[in-house]
Amino acid sequence: MSEENQPQPASLERVLARKRAADTFKRVARYSAVRLVTLFLTIVVAIFLTIVIANMGGYVDEIRRGEIRENFNQQAAMNPAIRNLSVEERRQWVEERVRIEEERQGLNKPFMVRTIAYMSNALTLNLGRSMHLTSDSGSRTVRLILLERLPSTLVLFGTANILLFFFDLYVALYLSRRYGSFLDKLVITLAPLNSAPGWFYGIFLILIFAAILKILPFGGMVDTPPPSEPLRYALSMMKHMILPMLALALSSVFLAVYSQRTFFLIYSSEDYVEMAKAKGLTSRDIERRYILRPTLPTIITNFALGLITVWTGAPIFETIFQWPGLGRQLFEAIGLYDIPIIVGETVIFSYLLAITVFLLDFIYALVDPRVKVGGQGGAPS
Amino acid sequence: MSQLRKSFRELLRYPSAVAGLVIVLALVAVSIYALIAIPYDEAVRLWRGGEDVWYMNPQNVPPEWINIFRRNDLPASFLLDSRSEENEDGTVVKEVNAVSEEMTEVKITFSFDYSYEDYPQELLLYLNGSYTEKKPYVAITVITPDGRELRVTEMSIDEADTYRFSQDQRLQRRLRGLSPMVGIFSVPNTDPPVPLQGTYQVVLTGFTFEEGSDFDARLVMHGKVAGWAGTDHRRRDLSVALLWGTPLALAFGLLAAIGTTVTTMVIAAIGVWFGGWVDELIQRITEVNLVLPFLPILIMIGTFYSKSIWLMLGATIALSIFGGSIKSYRAIFLQIKESPYIEAARAYGAGNFRIIVMYLVPRIVPLLIPTLVTLIPSYVFLEASLAVLGLGDPVLPTWGKIINDAQANGALYMGQYYWVLEPAVLLMITGLAFALLGFAMDRIFNPRLRGV
Repeated sequence: MSEENQPQPASLERVLARKRAADTFKRVARYSAVRLVTLFLTIVVAIFLTIVIANMGGYVDEIRRGEIRENFNQQAAMNPAIRNLSVEERRQWVEERVRIEEERQGLNKPFMVRTIAYMSNALTLNLGRSMHLTSDSGSRTVRLILLERLPSTLVLFGTANILLFFFDLYVALYLSRRYGSFLDKLVITLAPLNSAPGWFYGIFLILIFAAILKILPFGGMVDTPPPSEPLRYALSMMKHMILPMLALALSSVFLAVYSQRTFFLIYSSEDYVEMAKAKGLTSRDIERRYILRPTLPTIITNFALGLITVWTGAPIFETIFQWPGLGRQLFEAIGLYDIPIIVGETVIFSYLLAITVFLLDFIYALVDPRVKVGGQGGAPS
Repeated sequence: MSQLRKSFRELLRYPSAVAGLVIVLALVAVSIYALIAIPYDEAVRLWRGGEDVWYMNPQNVPPEWINIFRRNDLPASFLLDSRSEENEDGTVVKEVNAVSEEMTEVKITFSFDYSYEDYPQELLLYLNGSYTEKKPYVAITVITPDGRELRVTEMSIDEADTYRFSQDQRLQRRLRGLSPMVGIFSVPNTDPPVPLQGTYQVVLTGFTFEEGSDFDARLVMHGKVAGWAGTDHRRRDLSVALLWGTPLALAFGLLAAIGTTVTTMVIAAIGVWFGGWVDELIQRITEVNLVLPFLPILIMIGTFYSKSIWLMLGATIALSIFGGSIKSYRAIFLQIKESPYIEAARAYGAGNFRIIVMYLVPRIVPLLIPTLVTLIPSYVFLEASLAVLGLGDPVLPTWGKIINDAQANGALYMGQYYWVLEPAVLLMITGLAFALLGFAMDRIFNPRLRGV
């Protein structure tokens, strides 16, 4: 610490600096606390609404009640020991068991109490057991069911998102350099293609490559039967991933490149960029330091939000390509009124989203010195 | 007003915008035609109809214009009716000769040209007899172009009878095991069978045994092409759904786009104008809305409550009112709020409502129009997406439902490409038209993008 020996004015400065640091810390801490509380409340409200909708305001519980009664009535009819009892005794036997089972599942409590119980379980990530769906290994634990489908969704959408992200960025930078070229105009012309969703291009791609040319599979994740060697398995999976990834790319790439390129162009007409050019910096340096840097927050936001949406998967996309992912599972769960799975997926999505939104504020401050965490309106100071 | 006209004139300078506009106008024209030509009840009846409505159509066949691209034409479908004077695809002659007081001989001759290198899907006779006690009796024969006379069958006729050539086992045996369509329409003793071209006649010679008793017949040939749109697995003519899908897609897209953007904008304006807890509340609701999973909730509503297209529209709008775009509108309104003319309005004593509706909102309309237009395709596709998941409106024919039917019946796998391509191309054209228009508008109304 060479500063120790410095004269008085420097020491004052150090005190001020320390005070500033303490202020910053206090500000950040307070901001973080407020932000965390509001985000948590947001999640609570969102999960509550999801549960009420998923339960159709209690209607699904009525269905479950009916199922329990039906189940015991059938047991009574099948079991010779009970079948021979008198009608009254048999009815009592069924009533007794229905009562116990409803109590076990918490169905005897009022609707609000039930909903709040569901909610507190969901919020503590105590996802419980599914009602109908099972995992391939036969488990009814929601956590296992979700975890089983996660890798396939992650492989497809994760890979596609990451590849597309860097591809978009690279091409956008390239085009902003060659603004007005044929390729640039082509991308602008093709940008409206993004109005159609991925599954839509999927249909066309399946038609061309699977139905007519017969060179790629119609759908699914691996060949049937799945190859036993890991390498062949991976190759087979890659073959099945070509069309979905192409479909995702077609539906997003042109608009993404177009908007990022426009963004870069707007930033490259800033005065400080002109200044850098005048200084004679290479275009690579200018891009890295003066164009990419200020646009980084937006780019990171897009990337982070894109990664989270991976979690929800894409029910339609996965249906078209018969991809065994989370989106398709969610769709199946809804079809079977399987509330625990619907709520489970929603809860995890909300948490991921909230965490990302929370972290993004700090990332902004890290990458852009003009942004202050918890500063008023984030205006450059 | 003149501002709008100027913008419009500027819009016409963009070729892509003109193309988009022309397509949109064409789609609107098709919608109007569809609504007039097929009234709502009729469309629903046709689309939900089964064998009774669509008996004259073959199953899963491509449209007729596909023959233009083929060297050998596929046989077309047609209907010949002995009760009708006008039969376009052949002639029907009905002769009635009294044999005795009670007995009458009725002879119906259907003749039609057959000049295809392929065989039809099915030949059917729909027979309607009128009698009180004794049923008319009829013998059916086919006279081939080379003059052979094939005995088909003999039968008595109920009030409504159907005879399917392909399903008659005895006829098949008589044709030496060939399937009836191949047996009837082939040059004799060829292997592999070669279709025989020329004029065929189906002759019904029948007797009625009562005074006033009579019978009529309709000959239906299910070819391998039908109509200008083809048919699906339930023999329905796809043209009904393609035509009616247009107004439905446009209505859904437009209403959803207007509903979401306008409400979002008004709410943003209210939040900015009143500030304080109203603004705070609106922002919190927006954050909750961000966490709510949009598509799963729509799927839940469709599965649990109702699949009605209008309910879906309502839910879509309701879930998008507090959408993410509220933030960008808010930023713009915050700027506008400080403008001198708002202060002037306040000075002359304008009320809150008046300021929001008359002064705040109109300022943002130019920005709103491009957003609105570019949003339309995403809602058109949203409706199609829901339909592909099997959540399409149960009653109304939409493009998405055709794709869903095709998907469910493995159309791509079976090579029935027309089934998927027709609705898909229409969706694509609609989406592109609005997107082209919207992109051009965006450049005109957002001067910042001009020249970039």
